[in-house]
Order: sequence, then C-alpha cells, then structure tokens
Amino acid sequence: MKLEYTPEQKAFRMEVRAWLEANVPSGPQPSFDLTREGFEAHRDWERKLNDGRWGMVTWPEELGGRGLDYIRWLIFEEEYYRAGAPTRVNQNGIFLLGPTMMEYGTPEQKQRFLPSMAAGDIVWAQAWSEPGAGSDLAGVRSTCTRDGDHYVLNGQKIWSSRAVFADWAFGLFREPGSERHKGMSLILFPLDAPGVTRRPIERMDGEMVFAEIFLDNVRVPVADRLGDEGQGWAVCMATAGFERGLLLRSPARYQVGVSKLIALYQAHKDELPASMAERVAKCWMDADAYALAIYAMVSKLDKGGKIGPESSTNKIFWSELDLAITSTAMDILGERGELMPGASEAGDVGTWLADTIFALSGPIYAGSNEIQRNIIAERMLGLPRA
Amino acid sequence: MEFAFTEDQLAINDAAREMLVETCTTTSMRAMLKDGRAIDQDRWRTICEMGLLGMLAPEAAGGMGMELTDFVGIAEAAGYAALPEPLIELAGITIPLLARLRSQGFADAGDLLGSALGGNFIALGHPAARLVANADSSVALLLGDGDDLHLAERIDVQLERQESFDPFRRLFAVQWSPSPTTRAGKGWGDVADRGALLAAAQMIGLAQRCIDISVAYAKDRTQFGKPIGSYQAVKHLIATAQVKIEFARPVVHAAAAELPLGTLAARARVAHAKITAGAAADCAARAAVQVHGAMGMTWEVDVHLFLKRITALNQAWGTPHAHQRTVLERAMALPTGPETTFASALG
Repeated sequence: MKLEYTPEQKAFRMEVRAWLEANVPSGPQPSFDLTREGFEAHRDWERKLNDGRWGMVTWPEELGGRGLDYIRWLIFEEEYYRAGAPTRVNQNGIFLLGPTMMEYGTPEQKQRFLPSMAAGDIVWAQAWSEPGAGSDLAGVRSTCTRDGDHYVLNGQKIWSSRAVFADWAFGLFREPGSERHKGMSLILFPLDAPGVTRRPIERMDGEMVFAEIFLDNVRVPVADRLGDEGQGWAVCMATAGFERGLLLRSPARYQVGVSKLIALYQAHKDELPASMAERVAKCWMDADAYALAIYAMVSKLDKGGKIGPESSTNKIFWSELDLAITSTAMDILGERGELMPGASEAGDVGTWLADTIFALSGPIYAGSNEIQRNIIAERMLGLPRA
Repeated sequence: MEFAFTEDQLAINDAAREMLVETCTTTSMRAMLKDGRAIDQDRWRTICEMGLLGMLAPEAAGGMGMELTDFVGIAEAAGYAALPEPLIELAGITIPLLARLRSQGFADAGDLLGSALGGNFIALGHPAARLVANADSSVALLLGDGDDLHLAERIDVQLERQESFDPFRRLFAVQWSPSPTTRAGKGWGDVADRGALLAAAQMIGLAQRCIDISVAYAKDRTQFGKPIGSYQAVKHLIATAQVKIEFARPVVHAAAAELPLGTLAARARVAHAKITAGAAADCAARAAVQVHGAMGMTWEVDVHLFLKRITALNQAWGTPHAHQRTVLERAMALPTGPETTFASALG
C-alpha cells in the first residue's frame, strides 16, 4: 500500500494541468441540452481534447487514447474537474458504450466507432428505457426483426439523455415473440436514419436533457449489433456496471462540489447554526470516502481484478452524496436559495439551484437506487429473489 | 500510488481471520460467560504462537517490525469475531508504546515489552480511554498523569470493577498516586490515534458480522410463506447498512497507512475513519436487531454480542463528536478538492 503519487504520476498531473489551463474555455459554456449551438460548442471541446489526445486516456493509442492505467485516469479526472472544464457531452459514448465495445466489439467495430467517439465526431445517446420498461428493463418491447443482413427496428424508447442533438444511439431490442432476458440484442443506430423520430422532453427547469425516440421500420445492418445475437442483456449489464461502478461519476466531481460548499459555508458561517458545520464536515468526509473507495477499486482493476455487483454500492453512495452537498448548500443560502442567478437579490446563489434539481435525478438514473439495493441484497449478499 | 493490500498482507489477514472465526464461536463465548472466564487460554496461546502480538514491535525487540497496514486487517478480523481477549489493544497500542519508551531509554519498558510479547497483559489507562481494561489480569499498568506516563505495578493501584454491558469488556476505575519512581516517560505520542483507528477497524468487522448474521437469519426465517429476506423492505434495510460499510472500510485502510505521518490531514483521516466506521457499525447493528425482530432483543440470539461491542467502541477512544472537531479543523484549515485526498499530498 503506497498512498503517494510517484514522480511520474506527479509529472503527468502537471502535464494535464498545463494543457487544461491553456485550453479550457473561459467562462460558463452554453448548455448542451438547450440549443444546437450549445451542443456543437461542446462537440468542439471534445475535438480539442482529442487533438491533444486527452479524449479518453485509458484507451489504446490506436483507438485514440494514451493506453494509460486507471490511476492516471483518476488523476486526469481530478485535474479536469479542478480546471472547471466543460461536462463531457459524449459521456454516454466514452464512459458507457466505449468500455462495453472494448469488451464485446469486433475489431472492425472498434476501429469504426471508437476513434470517432473519442474525437466527438459521433456523439452517443443511450436508448434502453421504454414507457413500460424502466426499472424492469427486461420488459423492453421494442423489436429487432431479422431481414437478411439487416434488422428492422420498431418501437419507442424514452429518457434518452442527449438524444435531442446526439448523432447515434445504442439501443436494446428483442426478437419478436421473445420474453424477458432472452432474445435481446444491443443494436447501434443513427438518430437521423429514416424512420427515427425524436421528441424532446422538457425537464422541470426547462432544459431538453432527454428525448423520446420513435422507431418505425428503421433498417440497420446486422454488423451494427454489439455482442452476439440474443445476448443483449449480458452486454447491457456490462455497460450498467461501468455506469454504476466507476466511469460515469468520478470522485473529483464531488470533491470540487464540497470545496465550493466549504467556501459558501465560510462566507456565511457567522449567520449559521453549529449544526451546519457538522453537515459540511459530513459532506467533506463522504466525498473523500468516495474518492478513497474508487482509488481502492482502481488499484484492484490495475492489478487485473474485476468489479462485481459492489458497483451498485457506488451508485447509491454518489447519488446520495450529491443530494447531501446540494441540500446543505440550499440550507446555507436560506431564503435566497429559490432565486434564479439573474435576480438582483440572488447574491452568491451560483448554480446551486440547478445543481440541486439535477441531484434529484441521481437516485433515479443509471438504475434507481431501489433497484441497486435489490442487486446488493441479492447478488452481493445472496438474499433470495422475490 | 497503490491502494491495495499486498499478497502477504492478505495471507496473514486470512490466516488470523480463519483462526479467530474458527475458535471464537458464539457458543464458545457463551460458555466463557457461563464459567466466568475472561480469556480463552487455548486461543490466547494460539494468538501468541502465531506471532500476532509482536507484529508491530521492532525486530530488535523480538517483534516483526511490521506496519499498521499489516495489522489493520487483523483488527477487522478480531472485530468480526468479537474477540474477548485484548489482542488488538496489546499488540496495536501497548506493545508499540512500550517499544518507544524502551528506545527512549526507560529500562523497565524493555522487560515489560518482553513480558507482553510473551502474552502477559499490560493494562493501559489513556485520557481517551479512562477506564482501564483488564487491569486485574495485568502484570503492570501504563497510566497517565497529565502528559507524563507512569508504570505502576499491580500492588501500586486499587481497582474498582466498572461493569460494562458488554460482558467481555472488563473495565476498572484505577486509584493510584503518581510518583517519581513510577514515571516512565513523557507524551502519549500517537496512542490516541492508534486507539481510534483500531477501534474503527474492529467496528468494520463487527458491522460486517451484523450483516452476515442478518442475511443468514433472513434466508431462514419465513413469514407470509416466504423467507423474509425475499422482501424488499428487509433487503433494503440490510443493503443500506452494507453501503455504509463499503464506504467506511477504505477510509479505515487509508487511515492505517497515513497515521504515522502525524499531520493534521493524517489525524483527520483517522478521525474520519472512527466516525464513519462507528456510523456504519451502528447502522448495521440496528438493522440486525430489526431483521431478527423480537428475537433480536433477546439474550438467546447472538445479535447482542456484536451490538454491545459496537456501542462501546463507538464512544471509546474519542467520541464521534470529539473526532468531528478534528475533521472540521482539517476541512476548514487545509486545502480541499480532488488532489487533496491523500495526506502525503498535503505535506
């Protein structure tokens, strides 16, 4: 156990820091969920990252990465959040589909999709949930009907983040007549293909963070299926493992949030009860605990270990941590908390209100926390299924 | 940067855990209570023979010269077994303290160190653990008078048993008078931090034990025609406690690695470990009582053996409230943020 960065790791951190300081756009970027311009500005940032070969540092060099280990990925992420760099518009691609493709993709698929993903040329959306299949994902009813060397896709997907402006989606479909976990396939399709209709869904704050996708006889080559035919469930569970376990929410995100929370607390502490200090301290502890747990997990991965169902504990922990950070900030802000940043009395409300609204979705997306608790109970602890 | 135990560390932990779990069954613990025995002599002999007592003593003094990261897993295992014997306090706190006193030139400490490595108890009375455990069965007592350390013999002190609801915590109020002849040195050094860290590690083990017995019971106990563990209300209660354990354990391991630095950042990680392991253990113990239903309230079911130890350790070696002050001091005084996770990065 060596809880100290090597000179090489320290040098790497400085290299990342210097590049980000020179390249991160100054000031807040327009949202990628509101306008095409905002979305494209974020795509430009992805391209810039890729030009510096910072798109996805853990990927092999021939696929657009640097072939680095996960400790360096964590260092990169720490610097990324420290620099306040833009949120990754292609996170569904690089953090979810990318690693899944590394495991299940054919060499041709990897060559075709991963470099363009790292470059931001193709921004991805996830098309799994349906109106009748949320927590019960095996209840998916959208179909893929085999027609020679093509599939014909039909059905309706919902809650697809980024799908309003994204280029491609990875969706879960089933053979007509198949049931539950059998007969499913994970299929990649362009969101501008004939027969695809997108309908934006407005979130409570007015942003178009997700969309419904309607598929009406959409023809897709069989070569664009990821993993074996009928093995879609297993492929999706691998993706879900990445989503919950490690990649989607790096600890640096919350450590930066806690630093902001501490600054907010210190600016107002004379007006606040002592109990507020305890809540702030709890947030600091939990953000660091998450970081330590991820460092432990990454050390295990770098030694050739695997992440199992314990990834579900991560998802519960970071989503609850996010709620704790934002609700503590709202309580510090008091009656100003409801004010939009433009209001003249808003003072230092910053983005806390928006962050609070977003944090509410944490226990829902990437598999609701109730489902995660079932997974922990059944697969980690061995309790019987209902 | 590598936040993982070595193969050797894992092997030692496994061996110790196996021995403790095998010998320290709740049946045997109940037999000890019935006979009024505070220690199991056979197990204590095995503990001595395995060399566990000397893990943290310098090699020159007959120990193994190992580090807290080697020992923290043993403390977890001792917690899991709710071990009655004072292995963790003796090997993790008292023996390293004696080794320090010896190296500072206090001759008697050398003799006592040898005695302790041979399996004799030396009791410890620290300001953060005022009541002295196992004082009656110890050959000597290390006691504090302000910042001065004193070594008292059994005949120098008057003991009054303070009965704990954990029957295996044998606590005593000690009456004694410090004198120049008993003075053994100055300064507790890292004793309070070691006490807190090792209490935290034991609570991780105890918490996991609470989960494991709850899972076993929930698989077995049937209501409405199904095992109660198939119901989500029961699953979620247990899973919630398991999440707390998963995010307390790495904190305890980091604290074990960082404690020797002695900086504010390192002390805050120890405090963090104590708070968070205590909270996880408390949550797991409550879940265990709830899952066992009315049986969880009884003497007959084993839950109380673990719950009582958790309740005691949560307040021992610094209360959660006291540790919170250290955490707060660190969070406000030192840089926070992504690159500040490890104490080594803060100097």
